[in-house]
Amino acid sequence: MNIFEKTWLFFTQDGAWAGTGGIWQRVAEHLGYSGLILICAAVIAVPIGLLVGHTGRGENAVVAVTGALRSLPTLGLLTLFALWLGLGLTAPVLALVILAISPLLAGVYSGIAAVDRVTVDAARAQGMTESQILFRVELPLALPLIFGGIRNAALQVIATVTIMAYINLGGLGRYLIDGLAVRDYPRMVASVILVAALALIVDLILSLIQRAVTPATSKELS
Amino acid sequence: MTSLNRRRFFGLAGVSASALALSACGISGETAFGSGSTDGTVVIGSADFTESQIIVEIYAAALKKRGFTAETRPAIGAREAFIGALEEGAVGVVPDYTGNLLLFLDTSATAVTAEEILSSLKDALPEELSVLEPAPAENKDSMVVTSETASSLGLRSMADLSAHPELKLGAPPEFAERSYGLPGLKSKYGFEPAEFSPINDGGGPLTVQALLDDDVQVVDLFSTDPAISRNNLVILEDPGNNFIAQQVVPVVNGKLVSVAAADVLNEVSALLTTEDLVALNDRVSGEEKANVATAAGDWVEEKFPS
Repeated sequence: MNIFEKTWLFFTQDGAWAGTGGIWQRVAEHLGYSGLILICAAVIAVPIGLLVGHTGRGENAVVAVTGALRSLPTLGLLTLFALWLGLGLTAPVLALVILAISPLLAGVYSGIAAVDRVTVDAARAQGMTESQILFRVELPLALPLIFGGIRNAALQVIATVTIMAYINLGGLGRYLIDGLAVRDYPRMVASVILVAALALIVDLILSLIQRAVTPATSKELS
Repeated sequence: MTSLNRRRFFGLAGVSASALALSACGISGETAFGSGSTDGTVVIGSADFTESQIIVEIYAAALKKRGFTAETRPAIGAREAFIGALEEGAVGVVPDYTGNLLLFLDTSATAVTAEEILSSLKDALPEELSVLEPAPAENKDSMVVTSETASSLGLRSMADLSAHPELKLGAPPEFAERSYGLPGLKSKYGFEPAEFSPINDGGGPLTVQALLDDDVQVVDLFSTDPAISRNNLVILEDPGNNFIAQQVVPVVNGKLVSVAAADVLNEVSALLTTEDLVALNDRVSGEEKANVATAAGDWVEEKFPS
């Protein structure tokens, strides 16, 4: 029996999907962690991105910081934070929020900054306030790029949430880490397939939402 | 990282060489080697982790102290590699751990006590190899608690755990499934922890921190981990031999090691304790970052008579 047949067996065995430690539970955990991380990262990244994109101040800092955050090894951060904060959700969520901030911030900032200045000036000439300009003109026009950032962040987070199983948490990484520990390679292959499938499905859903909420004008522009 | 490698290393049950295992061909333990004379140089190889290198440097320093010529071949690799090197005669001596060596040679071995393992080893080893006297020093998985937990719950042995099902246990993920892990604790001691926390750093700093933070109350650490003495932790006794014996033992190619040199190694084994290994690991991997040869040389200087 080759590894693919054994992997198939993993998916079809009794109790593979339902129940404690089953695939559905792991998928739910995986999505829960990912959602929590994306929301935390968005709370930090979106206001900063809007502000910097709108005012044009601090662009260099944003570019430098997002670049630097991108280069931090997430597993190293996870270990560092877990040594500081102990086991539990906080340490890995913090490590992954740092991972997710970078694409979100880049998307929001560049989306706003890329809006044609002539359009912004026209809005200002009509007497719109700065916040009206930001939320009624710049933000809708920036949505395609912002959504690009969200999809990028979601993909990275869903793929990397697997490392939360390095400590005592769940998610689909459990199969990967536990499988490696006992050299159960079919279980690891199954984990990889599930994570990839989940990432693709989430990306597909996000792209549909993107299509639904993006204004017609900017669809033509993009 | 060292402990992660070690864990991986121990896990390598790998290829069984039992097909080669003949009945040790007249080599009756101790030092009765073939008549082939040696040129006096003993070549000692080590596995690819720090503790093995420390033991190798101890062997070398002890032999030199008695006027032998000794050379070291550090970090040959995992067990497959260094047993192969011994059989080929590239090295004459390699230190190993009795339990894991036996499981490597015979994956179906069932011996658990130090004596059983030693006598099974003699049958399982290939013809040209034999083991000398094992040391009291052992490096094996151990159930460890803080001294506060030990005193407040009155824990001395793993048998005491069954009265405390509220305890949480932290260990590498494989502990959930291996026979010495949760299944062994349940069948040998009737202990099922309230929660099992898989921590994937092979008994490293995260595991120790989780114990100190009281996230878990019992953890699986290696018995020679300096973190045990540094944090005043308590190793629970294992009367039911859940974790099989892992005594440090020199594995030798009889054609390459003289009886006199083997006697020296036997003397080293008689003196080497688990506490010594803990202290040596601490000097090399801890704050001091001592050179392996220096730390080993100091031990020989202090403990080994000339």
